[in-house]
Amino acid sequence: MGLNFSFLTRKTGQLLAGVLLAQTALCSAALAEDRAELMAKHRGGTMTLAAVSAAGTIDPMINYTAQFWQIYQMTYDGLVKFKQAGGTDGFEIVPAIAEAIPQAENDGKTYVFKIRKGIMFSNGKEVTPSDVLASFQRIFKVKGPTTGSFYGGIVGADKCIEAAETCTLEGGVIADDAAGTVTINLTAPDAEFFSKLAVPHASILPADAPLADAGTTPIPGTGAYFFESYNPNEQLVMKRNPHFKEWSVDAQPDGFADEVIYKFGLTEEAAINAIINGQLDWLYDTPPADRLPEIGSKYVSQIKIDPLAAFWYAPMNTNLAPFNDVRVRQAVNYALDRDSLVGLFGGEVLAQPTCQILPPDFPGHVDDCIYTKEPGPTWAEPDMEKAMQLVEESGTKGQKVTVIAEDNAVARGIGTYIQSVLSELGYDASMKAVSPNIQFTYIQNTNNNVQISISQWYMDYPAASNFLNVLLSCASFTPGSDSSVNMSGYCNKDLDATMKDAMTLALTDQNAANAKWAEADKGFMEQAPMAPLFTPKSVNFTSARLGNYLFNKQNRWIISQSWVQ
Amino acid sequence: MTDASNTVLNDPALPAAAAARPASGPWQRSWRILKRDRATLLAAAVLILIILSSLAAPFYARYVSGTDPFRSNLSARITIDGKRTKVMQASTEGLGLGVTPIGPTWGAQYMLGADTQGRDVAARLLYGGRNSLLIAASSTAICLFFAAVVGISAGFFGGAVDKVLSRILDILWAFPVYLLAISLSIVFISQGIVIGPVEITGDSLLLPIFIIGIIYVPYVARPVRGRVLSLKESEFVLAARGLGIPAWRILVYDILPNVSTMLIVFVPLMMGLNIITESSLSFLSIGVQAPDASWGTIIQDGQTLLYTRPAVALAPGIAIVLTVLSLNVLGDSLRDALDPRTKLV
Repeated sequence: MGLNFSFLTRKTGQLLAGVLLAQTALCSAALAEDRAELMAKHRGGTMTLAAVSAAGTIDPMINYTAQFWQIYQMTYDGLVKFKQAGGTDGFEIVPAIAEAIPQAENDGKTYVFKIRKGIMFSNGKEVTPSDVLASFQRIFKVKGPTTGSFYGGIVGADKCIEAAETCTLEGGVIADDAAGTVTINLTAPDAEFFSKLAVPHASILPADAPLADAGTTPIPGTGAYFFESYNPNEQLVMKRNPHFKEWSVDAQPDGFADEVIYKFGLTEEAAINAIINGQLDWLYDTPPADRLPEIGSKYVSQIKIDPLAAFWYAPMNTNLAPFNDVRVRQAVNYALDRDSLVGLFGGEVLAQPTCQILPPDFPGHVDDCIYTKEPGPTWAEPDMEKAMQLVEESGTKGQKVTVIAEDNAVARGIGTYIQSVLSELGYDASMKAVSPNIQFTYIQNTNNNVQISISQWYMDYPAASNFLNVLLSCASFTPGSDSSVNMSGYCNKDLDATMKDAMTLALTDQNAANAKWAEADKGFMEQAPMAPLFTPKSVNFTSARLGNYLFNKQNRWIISQSWVQ
Repeated sequence: MTDASNTVLNDPALPAAAAARPASGPWQRSWRILKRDRATLLAAAVLILIILSSLAAPFYARYVSGTDPFRSNLSARITIDGKRTKVMQASTEGLGLGVTPIGPTWGAQYMLGADTQGRDVAARLLYGGRNSLLIAASSTAICLFFAAVVGISAGFFGGAVDKVLSRILDILWAFPVYLLAISLSIVFISQGIVIGPVEITGDSLLLPIFIIGIIYVPYVARPVRGRVLSLKESEFVLAARGLGIPAWRILVYDILPNVSTMLIVFVPLMMGLNIITESSLSFLSIGVQAPDASWGTIIQDGQTLLYTRPAVALAPGIAIVLTVLSLNVLGDSLRDALDPRTKLV
């Protein structure tokens, strides 16, 4: 059923359109005025942030952490970018270094980007198409973590992956300084191409940026701020980019604070105390569990809780006993009390039980839980009887199982709980906590013979493939490698084909693609290569003086848009 | 210089019957000294109480608390003052953030409260004590055995044997002891040990036992070697050699008895030290592995509850303090009682 607008005459339509345009223009002007007023009132001051530890290299093409991707939003830009706005508006892709989002040409395989004029790097040089070409070549030369998976579809990328030092991307990325354009040719249409261009790994850097991991030496960027200094054991200092002029409020809005200092090395407890005392403005890490009741009752106005497109899960190695038996994997899914797991994370306000891979309100997600006592749209309670029966049938009872968890309070608690459930199912289970610095790579490498582990996945960009294809496709499984993110080692050709169909459909019909992704999600859960546990929420505890808190669903709190005075 | 034994025998205040009593051996004399010391008796009583309580852990868990201290109990409820209460209590104030385990009830169930997994802390404390004491005692035995073998061999045989063994001890000594323990634990806990048909898995208690036993060998072997060197030059050993008594007899009948008192003095001191080392490793997740408990792992569990449920970390901390204090007092008393040089002072 649809609405009938035939009663509207062409003239009425034109009039209406004119009114709407005028209203939009007036609204924009009013917003700009409001913003200018707020800027005059709140601009200035030093914002102090903290995290228990730094997130490694400062190089935006290599760093693959939510912690630094958040700060790259105000220091770097790509050709396009996720909109710097609160809520789901943050999923919208807007032009950044490019003047506009180009139309696809050549059956969706070619895009011509017109480069904005007058954008300056923090070193004072203007951005040119040559910088864009050099930046794309650099993606391959520094061998970032998503080089192949995100940018392997550019013409010439295969040669660059083989011989990074001589990478030219000839025929793939063509820069025309005179015309001010950059043309990108793909080997095949890619519905997620703009999303991949919008993440920090495709940041546009000066052509003379070092062709190796920059480590702790900041690279100039085009953002409202630049990195003045970085010492992973002490702090990261960001100051206003002296050459920055606001060229797109959607992509790179001017910031309020004059300086942002990001301190490392404080414990969560110390940081919470410092925020209460007004010495810090924000803590990256989730507040410790024993402080939550206190801050949740005494400092209500300083707590911000926002949903995340993420999930905690327990990958089960489908190539190792006892999890090479689908009945055992299903048994684990039936046996887990997800309410208890939510409790371990901090309670129902902070997490939501799930038994699906795609998070709620995410493209392709359809409420459906098969691993609960009464299968239905959502998880209700564990079915221990069914789980015991499946384990009995599998004949694997009594086998040794080790759960590998990160050595931090929450992950260790979840690991201990899963170990307890496995013991209840009849296994000789134990739990091993591994340093957070190495756990993620340790559990990926098949040489370590990890049977079951605890992991988390936060989306890179809002697409179902970023969960299902990345975590469970055959291509994501590389035996013996530390970068084999398909930790379950699961490869199902039929489901791979379903995912390929979904990606092809996304080029023409997003709804049909979403339905296909939902099919794949259910298909994977029937085979249960992992046990989804819960969807976490982001908990931000800010200082009393911090104002204008905006949470962007793609990149979390927009630091530059908050003020401290 | 005073001859202690003559002083005692010639004491006019001594009753005639006592003076007429046949001279007792060094062991009886030491036992009498120990029995007279109230601090020693109190320390022994505390230690015995802790050992007996730990041994009673299964009985306590089954018949008193009625819970399995190795299973998560996150959805459990208990009855307090006739009311059904959740063991894991969600906050109801403000935004309702956080879930806190029940605090000490001072009743049979959850006497010291629950940990983050809803397990009875009192029951885990007793089970933890079993492991902590077992590891401390076993690693002490291993340490003293190897230290005695190395120290006596180096001191008695001298020459090349002494040089080789002393250099090995030097190398071990060169490592900061905790750094060595942590390094060995990380390597072996992640991979386990496989020697031929023998396999020790990463979660086995044998790993902390052997690691802690080995790292302290130089600290005992060195003084043992020094004692043997001095004994080797003593008159009775020289006399025995002069009489042509074989080396092995001198070793067994003259050296070993004189070194054994020294080793006995080391027992409580090393046990105390080993309890602290085991707790430290377990606190760092590289000692006793879940689901097993030790006092160190319980402190680690309690670390995240310091603000809301401090009893979880305090209880094992107090248990460690009492045990180590008792062992140190016993060690001092044993040294006073067994070391003849101390008695002369």
